[in-house]
Amino acid sequence: MIELSDIKFSYPNSEFHLSIDSLLIGTGEKTAVIGPSGFGKTTMLNLIAGILIPEYGSVIIKEKEINHLQDSERRNFRIKEIGFVFQDFKLLEYLNVLDNILLPFRINKSLSLTKEILENAQELAASINIEDKLYKHPSKLSHGERQRVAICRALLNKPSLILADEPTGNLDPANKAHIMDILFDYVDNYSSTLITVTHDYALLSGFDEVLDFEKLNIGI
Amino acid sequence: MKQSLYIAFKYLLFHKIRTLILVASIGIIIFLPNGLQKLIEESESQMMARADSTPLVIGTKGSSTDLVINSLYFRQEKIENMTMKTNGELKETGLGYPIPLLSTFKARGFSIAGTNLDYFNFRKLIISKGRKFSFVGECVIGSRVAEKLDITVSDSLISSPENYFDFAGVYPLKMEVVGVLQETNTPDDYTIFTDLKTNWIIMGLGHGHQDLSKTLDQSVILNRDSSNVTANAKLFMYNEITKQNLESFHFHGSPENYPITSIIFVPKDIKSGTILRGKFEAREILNQIVVPSKVVETLLQSIFRIKQIFNTVFVLVGFATLLILGLIVALSLRLRKDEIHTMFTIGSSKAKIFEILGLELLILVLSSFLFALALYFVTGYFVNDFINYFII
Repeated sequence: MIELSDIKFSYPNSEFHLSIDSLLIGTGEKTAVIGPSGFGKTTMLNLIAGILIPEYGSVIIKEKEINHLQDSERRNFRIKEIGFVFQDFKLLEYLNVLDNILLPFRINKSLSLTKEILENAQELAASINIEDKLYKHPSKLSHGERQRVAICRALLNKPSLILADEPTGNLDPANKAHIMDILFDYVDNYSSTLITVTHDYALLSGFDEVLDFEKLNIGI
Repeated sequence: MKQSLYIAFKYLLFHKIRTLILVASIGIIIFLPNGLQKLIEESESQMMARADSTPLVIGTKGSSTDLVINSLYFRQEKIENMTMKTNGELKETGLGYPIPLLSTFKARGFSIAGTNLDYFNFRKLIISKGRKFSFVGECVIGSRVAEKLDITVSDSLISSPENYFDFAGVYPLKMEVVGVLQETNTPDDYTIFTDLKTNWIIMGLGHGHQDLSKTLDQSVILNRDSSNVTANAKLFMYNEITKQNLESFHFHGSPENYPITSIIFVPKDIKSGTILRGKFEAREILNQIVVPSKVVETLLQSIFRIKQIFNTVFVLVGFATLLILGLIVALSLRLRKDEIHTMFTIGSSKAKIFEILGLELLILVLSSFLFALALYFVTGYFVNDFINYFII
């Protein structure tokens, strides 16, 4: 269960204000977040991930109020429980595909890079058809392949919550469907929770809940 | 740390050209003052060793620096020639022994030094291949001459003409290499040694030509009487001295008037050297006598003054480089803002990100030091070239 209550957030030197009175997302749910640009959809994802801290209110995930955790505790929670997928993939150009997938294990002390993790990465890559791209650099891949690499990186640690920020924004229709299938399959297989920000209304039918920022009067 | 090092290496490897440019520029800035220091120290030690091993040099009055450089390094500075008469006078003093030198010509870029066999004993030169010269037309070459020209015993060398349009002047002479010297790391390695007479033949003071008393070609003869034969320009002059034509070589004029550029004088003892210098001051012997170590010391003092200017320039260049490096790091961080944000988002701590960036910088600086160190060691091999091109 993810619970946001009485949230108030603003960026310094900006007129933007986000306020969420109450928001509940159940475990195992697939939630789409829609709404016009600038309404704070990405900000909400960052608040849930603990990257941003609200001025008021609380963010509770798995019965932990993460905005009151220490920095290191919040980071550890994020590493273990949350997988991120971005619209622009956020892959490191100087690392090959395998190193990009393993990156969370190379930059976090709390995760150790074992032989088993390496095998898991290779299996996961094979399951989404990028096993032959493991030693290529991201610049040599198509957009669809890059997003699959980013998904691999997000799922390798088997997170209980996936936050996807317009994961299909840069993809063609065939790839959009394929990427969403991968995410939905994972959520179904691991009873995970998925929160996806999207502008693509054609994808909404696959979600359990649709959260419209404009209609719910969330945001600025 | 191991994982951070891995990522830092991957970043630097991916940006190979950028990394190499940074390593090279930082490395060169580190190397320059130290390398110059090494070059100057080595040059000083080599130049002083050469000067210290040469007790006295005698030549015509003029620049003492040119005289010493010509006599020690065969650099063929334009100094006026003296005659063999002075050599005879010095021998007669009984204060030591003179070694005449004549260094005016070159062959394929290397100086030809005309001297006698005393020079080999004086410099303790050892023949590694062949033998010392015994006849006119023979030469012994330094180790670097052999290496650079890829020649050895029984090959030949042709002296370079001084002036291509001087038809009446110096003719090229083909010389046979009869010996190669062992390496000494001195200017002798870069020199071609011949007998003085060979040099005089190149100068045109001695020559060999077809025997006019036996020639059947009457078109060569201008006039013939019972004691004299006069030939015209068609007379065939030999440009190579062989066993067959050796006897036809002869010199005109008095040997004591033949030119030499300088004389190295080796006194029997310190007292003899002092007496000889007194004789020069008393004008019993004309020309000038110099102590090479004092001349080289003066030369090196000027170099040290220039080095101090260079050091100041290097400090300023180093400071400017550090500023540019700082700017590069700042711009790089700006360019990598997204990458840093991604790492932070997927769970990296700020400390970890700084560790990776710090390691990248450390690898760059360490590689630059290694590059500078490699340049520093390589510098040692170029001391002789540095002396030849920049100091003398």
